[in-house]
Amino acid sequence: MTVADLSAQLTAYEGRSAVLGGRGRDPVDAAMIRHWCEAMGVPGPDPAVPGVGPGVAEAPPAMLQVWIMSGLSGAVGRTAAYEELVALLDRAGCTAVVATDCEQEYLRPLRTGDEITFDAVIESVSPRKTTALGTGHFITTRTEIRANGELAGIHRFRVLRYAPARTRTASPAERPRPVINRDNAGFWEGVAGHRLLIQRCTACGRQRFPWLPGCGECGSPLWEAVEASGEGVVFSYVVMHHPPVPGFEAPYAVGLIELAEGVRMISSLVGVAPARIRIGMPVALEFVRAGDQELPVFRAYEEGL
Amino acid sequence: MTAAAIVGIGATAFTKDSGRSELALAAEAVRAALADTGLAPGDVDGMVTFTMDTSPEIAVARATGIGELAFFSRVHYGGGAACATVQQAALAVTAGVADVVVCYRAFNERSGRRFGAGVRGREPSAEGVALGWGLPFGLLTPASWAAMHARRYLHMYGLTTEVFGHVAVTDRRYAARNPAAYFHGRPLTLAEHAASRWIAEPLRLLDCCQETDGGQALVVTSLARARTLRRPPVVIAAAAQGAARGQEQMTGFYEGDPGGLPETGVVARRLWRDSGLGPADVDVAVLYDHFTPYVLMQLEEFGFCGPGEGGGLVASGTLPINTHGGQLGEAYLHGMNGIAEGVRQVRGTSVNQVPGAGRVLVTAGSGVPTSGLILAADG
Repeated sequence: MTVADLSAQLTAYEGRSAVLGGRGRDPVDAAMIRHWCEAMGVPGPDPAVPGVGPGVAEAPPAMLQVWIMSGLSGAVGRTAAYEELVALLDRAGCTAVVATDCEQEYLRPLRTGDEITFDAVIESVSPRKTTALGTGHFITTRTEIRANGELAGIHRFRVLRYAPARTRTASPAERPRPVINRDNAGFWEGVAGHRLLIQRCTACGRQRFPWLPGCGECGSPLWEAVEASGEGVVFSYVVMHHPPVPGFEAPYAVGLIELAEGVRMISSLVGVAPARIRIGMPVALEFVRAGDQELPVFRAYEEGL
Repeated sequence: MTAAAIVGIGATAFTKDSGRSELALAAEAVRAALADTGLAPGDVDGMVTFTMDTSPEIAVARATGIGELAFFSRVHYGGGAACATVQQAALAVTAGVADVVVCYRAFNERSGRRFGAGVRGREPSAEGVALGWGLPFGLLTPASWAAMHARRYLHMYGLTTEVFGHVAVTDRRYAARNPAAYFHGRPLTLAEHAASRWIAEPLRLLDCCQETDGGQALVVTSLARARTLRRPPVVIAAAAQGAARGQEQMTGFYEGDPGGLPETGVVARRLWRDSGLGPADVDVAVLYDHFTPYVLMQLEEFGFCGPGEGGGLVASGTLPINTHGGQLGEAYLHGMNGIAEGVRQVRGTSVNQVPGAGRVLVTAGSGVPTSGLILAADG
């Protein structure tokens, strides 16, 4: 089934009943109000409602959903239409569910002794959405809650039914590989032996990075490799959030490091939270292994600032 | 002043999923640009596009009824090529090697290969190696490369990311009034910019231009022939390319200070020299806006304001910029739609017309070897 086909099938459920003739399992009662208020850490209501009489308490409005919940035995009273909708999403791989948000309107207070009845309708089924949890569809139901037959509140509840995104720890072995050819192979050979090598023009003496087969200053093709001290500072940096990159967990920091030798290179900044990185922060070279590849990275030192 | 002029512009709709091939988009844009001139396909004898374009000149020619070609050329370096395609065309017609040259760029950049997805590997060519220094460290998207410059820019001048917001808000204000713009009717506030999610800090989502499917074409001929056509000529007063010392493609981190755009400085000096004009003579600037910070740096490199003052200049509104909505607001057509807007301003037909606009600066992708144009009214 295509995405468009599925969306069309899902949309057909909008406006259909989700629950017909639902009944609260118990009347509104003082014990449940007390439990709820203790769990929420809020004071309980007055034991008597003015003008109604002693022994009758008013439930906090935010308890609205409490009186229609079906308990641990699972949902009861759902319509065939709602069950079909869920089955359709299950078959499309949307097997996980999470409640995302809820809106309530309070029309009349609920008091101890009130008998609760309710009806729910499937208000909307969203187009396919991709979230951090996974890709799926939001289902919004609208429940009308009655106390002794009188409309007392409206409870709009939204869930995401989704195919869970694969979540696993990024493996450094999956990082993009360096691009290596005859011009820069010497650098990566140095890294493999835990030496950070830059080039020095043997004609004019200028030190350079990135590696090139000629001097940008004097044009000479003659050069030698010299080992850098590994000391440097953060010259600029980026904190990467999007898109996801294999082998990295966002957010991660990438620095433009200015080495003590005066040349700059791109590398990972480690040992400091991305939010605490500053330009000018001192850094020192380390080597890490990403799969079969050694990489030079730089540890940042906050105390040096 | 060159003796060449832009005499036609044409574009497809700007969408997120064209449902057509890139060649079909290129052909439609070329047909539209030729229709704008009143010339026939058989009048065309030169074509210029980007090295990145997937539709060869000969394929577009076959699909549009263009016959023999005496001049065909391509310009490299991504969006930096935009204004240089017109420069190539102007050189060809003024040198007499071609009479009518079509410049075009078309792609399914949103529904097909998205540049914003970044690169994961490259062949070990000189270009691959240059880009490759950042790959194992996860610096591999255009936004990430721009962000490295942007962070340095903020640091150099003690600024906050709000200065980038002024560019986004300005572009979207113009786009909101442009029916051809993807963000038509959808202006933006500074608060919305500030609330948009991080992509590559310090760049937010609304600092990065959208991605687009579409095509844009332009027609260039000699000024003498232009004067015989149905539209008033838009004179190519100056055209220039620029690459700086130590130039890189989006990874210009290693020479000088990456808080500026030296390649844009090269173009600026050439354009001012060749046109005899200066910043005060420009009525509208169409500045390549793949990422908001680059607009500020371009204003500074062209001398419209001092270093670090670009945000204040944009916020002041004293210089109209990106009156089509920019690539942030109208469409990402690798800068070619910005040249079309320059043409409309000189013709007096922009939806956000600046009264009496006689001289328009247009720039191409920056952070890479780049190009620029000064377009002017005839006479």
